[in-house]
Amino acid sequence: MDRAELIARLTPIIATYAQDKDAVASINENTDFIKDLKINSANLVDVVLDVEEEFDIEIDNVSMERMLNVSAAMEIIEDKLKSK
Amino acid sequence: MDNRVVVTGLGVIAPNGVGLTAFTDAIKNGTSGIKHDSQLEQLQFSCQIAGKPELSDDFIAQYFTALELRNFNSTGILYGVIAGMDAWKDAGLTITEGDEPDWDSGTIFGTGTSGIDKFRESIYKVDDLQLRKLGSTVVVQTMASGISAYLGGKLGFGNQTTTNSSACITGTESILMAYERIKTGQATKMLAGSTSDSGPYIWAGFDAMKVCTYKHNPSPEQGSRPMSASASGFVPGSGAGAMVLESLDSALKRGATIYGEILGGHINSGGQRGTGTMTAPNSIAVQRCIKGALQNAGIKASQVDAINGHLTATSKDATEIQNWSIALNRKGSDFPYINSLKSTIGHCLSAAGSIECIASILQLHHDFIFPNINCEDLNPEINEMIDFNRIPQQLLNTNVNIVAKASFGFGDVNACIILKKYAK
Repeated sequence: MDRAELIARLTPIIATYAQDKDAVASINENTDFIKDLKINSANLVDVVLDVEEEFDIEIDNVSMERMLNVSAAMEIIEDKLKSK
Repeated sequence: MDNRVVVTGLGVIAPNGVGLTAFTDAIKNGTSGIKHDSQLEQLQFSCQIAGKPELSDDFIAQYFTALELRNFNSTGILYGVIAGMDAWKDAGLTITEGDEPDWDSGTIFGTGTSGIDKFRESIYKVDDLQLRKLGSTVVVQTMASGISAYLGGKLGFGNQTTTNSSACITGTESILMAYERIKTGQATKMLAGSTSDSGPYIWAGFDAMKVCTYKHNPSPEQGSRPMSASASGFVPGSGAGAMVLESLDSALKRGATIYGEILGGHINSGGQRGTGTMTAPNSIAVQRCIKGALQNAGIKASQVDAINGHLTATSKDATEIQNWSIALNRKGSDFPYINSLKSTIGHCLSAAGSIECIASILQLHHDFIFPNINCEDLNPEINEMIDFNRIPQQLLNTNVNIVAKASFGFGDVNACIILKKYAK
C-alpha cells in the first residue's frame, strides 16, 4: 500500500472526530490530531479502535500512546501490517 | 432579601407527547401514551405495557451531532438533553458562544440510573475480554451525572452543574433544589428537571417486585388506573421534563414569558420508621412534608386549588388521599381538585416529578385541570374521604391559582412543591 492510499483510508476515520473540518481537507503527514484537527483527546482511543478495524490490525498500548499525528499513525499501521 | 423565583421555560419528552405543544394537547384531552411493548412480551415480563416517548432519528439529529451519536446508547441522556435544550430555547435563551461560560446559569438535572443499556453492552464486552473495545464514551453515558454533564456542555453553564437522585421524588427535588439556589442568590437561572432511562433493564426490577399491573396487557390504555377500585399496580414509563427557573428580576428585565411562580416547598423522609419502610411511606412524614411545604410557601391550606398527586395506581393511592386530607384538613366537597398524570403516561420513575410539575405549571398558565382517565370506578375508600367531583374525569376549564404537587419515593422520601400563577 502506498502512502497516498494509506492517507486516503485514514482520512474518513479521522474526519469523524475532527472538530476543525477545514483542517481535514488538507490532511498530510505533518497533521497533528489534537493541535491541527482539534480532536478531543478522549476520542484518540476511538481513532485507534477504528484504525484497528479498518486495517484489521491490533495496536498495542505503547503504540497507542504515540499515535498523536498522521505520520505516527502511518508508521504504526505500516509496521503492524508488515508483522501480520 | 430573597429572590422570587419564576418559571420561564418548559421542555418535555413524555410518552403521550414530545414537545410542549403536543404534551399540552395530550394532557388536556386525556390522551394515553401507554402502549403494548413487544420487547417486554418477548422477555416474558408480567407487565407488557409501558410508556415510551417516540423520537425519530431526524428529530434526534437536531439535538446531537453525528459524533455524539456514535456508540450512543442512553435513553435517559437522550430524553434529558432534548427536554433541557427545549426548555432553554422556550425561555428565549441562547446557547453561550465563545470561551467563557455563563457563570450565572447552571443545572440540577436528576436521574435514577444513567445509560443502563450502555452499561449492559459494556458489561458483556468486559466479560467477553473485549474491554479495550469499549471506546471513550462509556463513562460519560453511564455516570449518574452524565445528563447534567451533557447539558452543561451543550448550553455552556458556568454555575453549579449536578445531578440529584432520590427515586421517584427526583424531579420534584431537582426543581426545589434549583429554586433554593436562585432564591438565595447563588445563581440567576437554573435548568431544573429529571430524566429516566427506558426499557426492560430499568423496569425489570419493578416487574419482579410485582408492583406493576399484569392485568391489562391486551388493553394498554386502560392499564394505568390511579384512584380506581380496579387499580392493580403501576405501568412503567419514561421520559424527561425540564424547566428554566429564574429570578423574577432577571425574567422581568428580559421580558420573558412567566409560566408561574415557585412559592416554596419541603423535602423530608420518614426514616423508614412507623409505617415507613424502604418501599412504603411513613404517613406522618408525608403529612409533615405537605404541611411544611404550605408553611414554607406562606400559604394556607384553604388556598390550594388543585393537587397533582403522586398516585401511582397501587393500593397506596387511598393512603395518599388520606394523608392529603389530614395535612390540609379538607375533605368531601371542600377537598381541592386532584389529578394524577400517571393515568396517561404511567409512572416515569425518576422523570415523574419533573414531567408532573410541568403539567401542574401548564394548568396554572392556561387555567385548566387536566382529566384523570381510568378511574370512573373510583376506589370506594377514596370516595369516603372526598367527593367524586373533586376528581375531574373531563377537562375542566377553570381559574387555577395555586397547585400543590407532591412526589413520594423508595427510601421513604417525600417532596412537595407549591406553584402559583404569577402576579406582581
